[in-house]
Amino acid sequence: MTAHSVQRPHALSIENLSLEFPTYAGAIKALDGVTIKVGNAEIVGLVGESGCGKSVSTMAATRLLPEGRYKITQGSIRLFGRDPMAMDEEELQQVRGKLVSTIFQEPMNALNPTIRIGQQLVSVIRRHEALGRKAAEAVAVNILADMLIPEPARIMQAYPFELSGGMRQRVLIAMAFSCNPGLIIADEPTTALDVTVQAAILRLIQGRARRTGTSVVFISHNIAVVSQICDRLYIMYAGRIVESGPTRAVLDRPQHPYTRALLRCLPERVRPKEPLESIPGTVPNLLDPPPGCFYRPRCPEADTRCMEKPHETALPGGQAVSCWQRAGHPSLPSSEVPS
Amino acid sequence: MKAAPLLSVENLTVRFPGATNWYGRVTSQVHAVNNVDLCVLPGESLGIVGESGCGKSTLVQAVIGLVGLTSGRVLVDGHDFAGANGTLKRDLRQKMQIVFQDPQSSLDPRLPVWRLITEPLHIRGGMPTAALRARAEELAISVGLRSDQLDRLPHEFSGGQRQRIAIARALSTDPELLILDEPTSALDVSVQAQIINLLLKLQRELGLSYLFISHDVSLVRHFCDRVAVMYLGQIVETGTAEAVFDDPAHPYTRTLLASVPSLKNSLLDVDASLTGELPNNRRLPAGCYYRERCGSAVPGCELPQALLTVRKAGAEKASPHQARCHLHIPA
Ligand SMILES: Nc1ncnc2c1ncn2[C@@H]1O[C@H](COP(=O)(O)OP(=O)(O)OP(=O)(O)O)[C@@H](O)[C@H]1O
Ligand SMILES: Nc1ncnc2c1ncn2[C@@H]1O[C@H](COP(=O)(O)OP(=O)(O)O)[C@@H](O)[C@H]1O
Ligand code: SF4
Ligand code: SF4
Ligand SMILES: [Mg+2]
Ligand SMILES: [Mg+2]
Repeated sequence: MTAHSVQRPHALSIENLSLEFPTYAGAIKALDGVTIKVGNAEIVGLVGESGCGKSVSTMAATRLLPEGRYKITQGSIRLFGRDPMAMDEEELQQVRGKLVSTIFQEPMNALNPTIRIGQQLVSVIRRHEALGRKAAEAVAVNILADMLIPEPARIMQAYPFELSGGMRQRVLIAMAFSCNPGLIIADEPTTALDVTVQAAILRLIQGRARRTGTSVVFISHNIAVVSQICDRLYIMYAGRIVESGPTRAVLDRPQHPYTRALLRCLPERVRPKEPLESIPGTVPNLLDPPPGCFYRPRCPEADTRCMEKPHETALPGGQAVSCWQRAGHPSLPSSEVPS
Repeated sequence: MKAAPLLSVENLTVRFPGATNWYGRVTSQVHAVNNVDLCVLPGESLGIVGESGCGKSTLVQAVIGLVGLTSGRVLVDGHDFAGANGTLKRDLRQKMQIVFQDPQSSLDPRLPVWRLITEPLHIRGGMPTAALRARAEELAISVGLRSDQLDRLPHEFSGGQRQRIAIARALSTDPELLILDEPTSALDVSVQAQIINLLLKLQRELGLSYLFISHDVSLVRHFCDRVAVMYLGQIVETGTAEAVFDDPAHPYTRTLLASVPSLKNSLLDVDASLTGELPNNRRLPAGCYYRERCGSAVPGCELPQALLTVRKAGAEKASPHQARCHLHIPA
């Protein structure tokens, strides 16, 4: 892109990445030519149905996939300009704590059930910052308060099981932000939570990220949720990025047939009790995906060209779509989906 | 004339022992469901919304007898369900079936689909294997599965297909009421759409009633005729889906609706401080349960609140719009 972005590398840059999991039944082609760029201080959403490769993309970038169980067959990954695949364990620990934090869906698994919240926070903070116990405790209380956790001093004394799911998730978000990482990967962080808590947490993540200039990759299967806080969206299907662009553009003028279908499945745009639009068929088997466009078996617009893999077409306004139907029409007008 | 309710719940309260002392005596109680009244008419869908822990699952589990009632009554077809015995109990029980959120864990992984679907019939007894299998095939087809899938094991199916199996199983005893506890929460939206369409179709064809629990407000609005909004084990607002969602009266309902992520607005215009959490249900608040989070609290809110009719007009007579907030006393 610009000279500017050459000087300051992307927080995360995944370039044409293909990744497989070899299994006894064959290779699961989890990612096929995925390109995802996350600029500095940018909040980027990764949307798609379960199994489409959202978690694998970001776990590959942070080397959280089980070592030796996967194979990168093409492409590259850069985290703040550095190649995570070339890092040794020590560097990785450094990067994971200081540069990148991940928030997962299930907050219980990420906390040690036998250690008080405060102690866990303090040890995370002290691992990355040369602070005394008292000073780290003060930082921890502050961050908890920042996450709108009532009575942070009391919560410091609590064990994880004493907190509700929403509260635990806030603690984890607090923990993720506690070492001022440059990039936060939030992998379905609100999926298990109530809408009111979700609303609060989305605000907290967005507010804190904007204030501190932290980049965020926000993963969700729920397009309405990601659209709340993301600057740009990537829509994934069966291990490929099918569409990307500024959030509003993608929602108002979805170009890929899959994106359109995803939006029309939602009850929000249908009269009560009317059948919802559903996508016929199922996602392809990643052991043996169909030739050409992976969406073809379910796509109402498919034609003979679709037997070949569509290339990405850049549209004006920063949108990009991988679909033959759009390949010759760089400025397709707004779709039938009303906004 | 108003049809007799298929299910009515009267003043239902469920408490769990919260803590016990050294002698094993209960020293505190979890107030999971507090004085809930509701009814479900034949062929209608009642939605229950509310945040996690507000008592939705406990309420429906108390309804079907999986959890004991502390007080109150559950009437099925006018008969006291908890008090019933023998064949009456069995008959009443079979009018209601429940479908849970997680199709993975609610199905025995070792049983083939046809056995899973007909397990409730098998337990009831009196049907030969061939008849069970034939019924399984019929049910499988009615939920959109294929007959060649009857001998497969649940792990060979996707989440959506497993939920179809769970629905077929629930339908096996010809229930009149299906209790759906977050039936699509574990599914992708495109699969959710298939399941919702299936449930709507089954309702049209079989005249089923649904008691539908979901945290997805837009789904409840799409699916249900009436809704009850729960907060801290209480119903705080009830009425037709239209009335409650288009014109919410209770401050909690308003916050809830404002928190629903929508494709229309990309900025959350919810006051984050209001989007707190349920207060502790070990000691119920003296006055309005919502008071500590309510942005509209005024003097008078420290008193217990009753469900008050917001407005009562024409078609809404049968299901008045009510809210548990004294700010809504009709003028
Ligand atoms: N067996 C039990 N013993 C003690 N407390 C319980 C028990 N079951 C439920 N509770 C408590 O009762 C309250 C209501 O729980 P319930 O599961 O009904 O909530 P819910 O509305 O279904 O929540 P969710 O949306 O998370 O499913 C909660 O405070 C819960 O912790
Ligand atoms: N450790 C693993 N071994 C084999 N297959 C895996 C592994 N992790 C993920 N996969 C497969 O990779 C694909 C993408 O998974 P994932 O990224 O977790 O999806 P999601 O988009 O739901 O986060 C799926 O088909 C999944 O089954
Ligand atoms: S490339 Fe063809 S099959 Fe694929 S989404 Fe576009 S029209 Fe459909
Ligand atoms: S009674 Fe008072 S505190 Fe309760 S909801 Fe109404 S205004 Fe708020
Ligand atoms: Mg995932
Ligand atoms: Mg529940």
